[in-house]
Amino acid sequence: MKQNYIRPLDLKHGRVDMSHGSGGRAMAQLIDELFAPLLGNDYLAQGNDGSVMPLPDGPGRLVMATDAHVVSPLFFPGGDIGCLSVHGTINDVAVMGAKPLYLSASFILEEGFALADLKRIVESMAAAAKEAGVPVVTGDTKVVEQGKGDGVFISTTGVGWLPAGIELSGNRAAAGDAILVSGPIGDHGMAIMSQRESLAFESPIVSDTAALHGLVADLLASGVQVKVLRDPTRGGLGTTLNEIARQSGVGMMLQEARIPVQPAVAAACEFLGLDPLYCACEGRLIAIVAGEDKDKALAALQAHPQGTGAAIVGSVHEDPHHFVQMTTGFGGKRIVDWLTGEQLPRIC
Amino acid sequence: MKYVDEYRDGELAQGLAAAIAKEARPERRYHFMEFCGGHTHAISRYGVTDLLPANVRMIHGPGCPVCVLPIGRVDQAIRLALKHNVILCTYGDCLRVPASDGLSLLKAKARGGDIRMVYSSADALKLAQENPEKQVVFFAIGFETTTPPTAVAIKQAKAMGLKNFSVLCCHVLTPSAISNILESPEVRKLGTVPLDGFIGPAHVSTIIGSRPYEFFAEEYRKPVVIAGFEPLDVMQAIRMLVRQVNEGRAEVENEFSRAVSREGNLKAQNLVAEVFELRRAFEWRGLHTVPYSALRIRGGFAEFDAEQRFGEDYVSVPDHKACECGAILRGVKRPQDCKLFGTVCTPENPVGSCMVSSEGACAAHYTYGRFRELPA
Repeated sequence: MKQNYIRPLDLKHGRVDMSHGSGGRAMAQLIDELFAPLLGNDYLAQGNDGSVMPLPDGPGRLVMATDAHVVSPLFFPGGDIGCLSVHGTINDVAVMGAKPLYLSASFILEEGFALADLKRIVESMAAAAKEAGVPVVTGDTKVVEQGKGDGVFISTTGVGWLPAGIELSGNRAAAGDAILVSGPIGDHGMAIMSQRESLAFESPIVSDTAALHGLVADLLASGVQVKVLRDPTRGGLGTTLNEIARQSGVGMMLQEARIPVQPAVAAACEFLGLDPLYCACEGRLIAIVAGEDKDKALAALQAHPQGTGAAIVGSVHEDPHHFVQMTTGFGGKRIVDWLTGEQLPRIC
Repeated sequence: MKYVDEYRDGELAQGLAAAIAKEARPERRYHFMEFCGGHTHAISRYGVTDLLPANVRMIHGPGCPVCVLPIGRVDQAIRLALKHNVILCTYGDCLRVPASDGLSLLKAKARGGDIRMVYSSADALKLAQENPEKQVVFFAIGFETTTPPTAVAIKQAKAMGLKNFSVLCCHVLTPSAISNILESPEVRKLGTVPLDGFIGPAHVSTIIGSRPYEFFAEEYRKPVVIAGFEPLDVMQAIRMLVRQVNEGRAEVENEFSRAVSREGNLKAQNLVAEVFELRRAFEWRGLHTVPYSALRIRGGFAEFDAEQRFGEDYVSVPDHKACECGAILRGVKRPQDCKLFGTVCTPENPVGSCMVSSEGACAAHYTYGRFRELPA
């Protein structure tokens, strides 16, 4: 008998079972052989219940954001739940104007989930974290019985550092401000839609999932007076702007002709009866900046590789009803309302 | 986007708007009903009314499939899901239609009903093949556009010998709804609904052709212009209607000639005739019971009729007392005339069916146009 021999995890054909969440040897093995080698860093290597991390020098405050990811399908064109769970939380920290520093990740795995798929997801997560320069410093794994999960759910929390002097908030938009987006909208939402089981259609659309803190840093460094930053995820541009309008107590007027939408996304929305204004983005930024700075802001966004498709799409004005309105490409006016429920396709 | 942007061109719209303003006589008013929810949606979404002169008014018609669905029909579907434990599948729009006991299909789903959204009748058939141990019912709604695909699904199910597939057939007919409006006391006698003409259906007409409308033009002296669902189509149709009214004509004209012929799609018509027959009467929301206005599955395909298979009969249920959906569907009232509009009844918590689909008059007005009524 070999001393302390443990047969390695079968990462090709093995599956998650209840013991992987039991806190026993199987769980330790899953961490040692799958999570640690991929996500590995000095913090995780300490092997403690929590991690102890330093903060940057100088005056500033902490920013913290959390996000649960339950995307279906788990793998989609342009990404998967792994990188999405890293990007999503980094972006929530970044749009506060902060530099993302650390991430936590907790996994809820469904009994029977293929270890090979889990490995792919964690690899993607690790690559995204590495590229963003934000380590996953602590984590957790739980296993639920078959039928009680959807393969894997991932919750991530991010901590960032907000240097003194930066004040961004959804309640700071004011009449006269300009509204910008960093690129075409709806790519992520339609990439997911194109893969849904009941709907699969072939399309060249890939998710825009990406970490935006570099783009945010460049915009802030350009000296533009930025009031609000937000990433239009669920609910898309339309719903996100309504949130900001309500928080700030203002109205908005968009120019439909100026809102960038990729032709493939526009076409897919057309035949599914959906509106790109309500399709999710995972790598786009909405920036509300002082009106006089709008061209400078546009130039700053466009100078970054993630902002080449940026555009000024509208302006903020006073409105006691806090309506987001739009001049249609056709020449009429209409409301861009909150999304009601899920976007459901029309019949006729 | 090719073949679509052409019909949404802002410059052409301005040109048409100028032409309509020039041709509409300032001394008279023009009231046109757009029959279809597709037109209602286009008008609201693109802001078409902003381009019309003040004396040209659009009245929303009943051509929104989920809007005309009475509560009792949704109840029937919910009973099938909750009591008979079938997989109930239907089009997305249907899921939020309010039913009895504060339920909707979406809420019945949360109570454990296996209710699924499908994009086509073919998806429903596929579900039946994939779940041989379960009964699958397709809740088939809609006007003539969605009827042929349901006929195909039933024929295929028969050819495959499927024992677990059936259809809750609620398909309705456009011409009967138009006659019902024209025969209504509001239009005929009371004159509360001035109606100078119709924008005729787009997709429905690709199936039934333009011929069925000739009767209305002749018998009731109302011009009909069949138009596509793009905003320029609607503008062009309005211009054609203004001309007919000015010239005292009442004819069927076809603006949507790129898709609609006089005879329609004969193959589809034959399919429908093979699988379906007329119901003697059918209750519509808003229009009440309309004779010969809907279809049921023929005897030869009776095994695929969910009403027969599960013995779930239709039970009529009155609408919410204050809900004006009925009057709105008949063009007698506008959404903003309803006391519930925008207060108790919103897209998040619809009381009436017109607040559900984006094609419904109330939902379209709430979502796209409600800023018009409010003081700035």
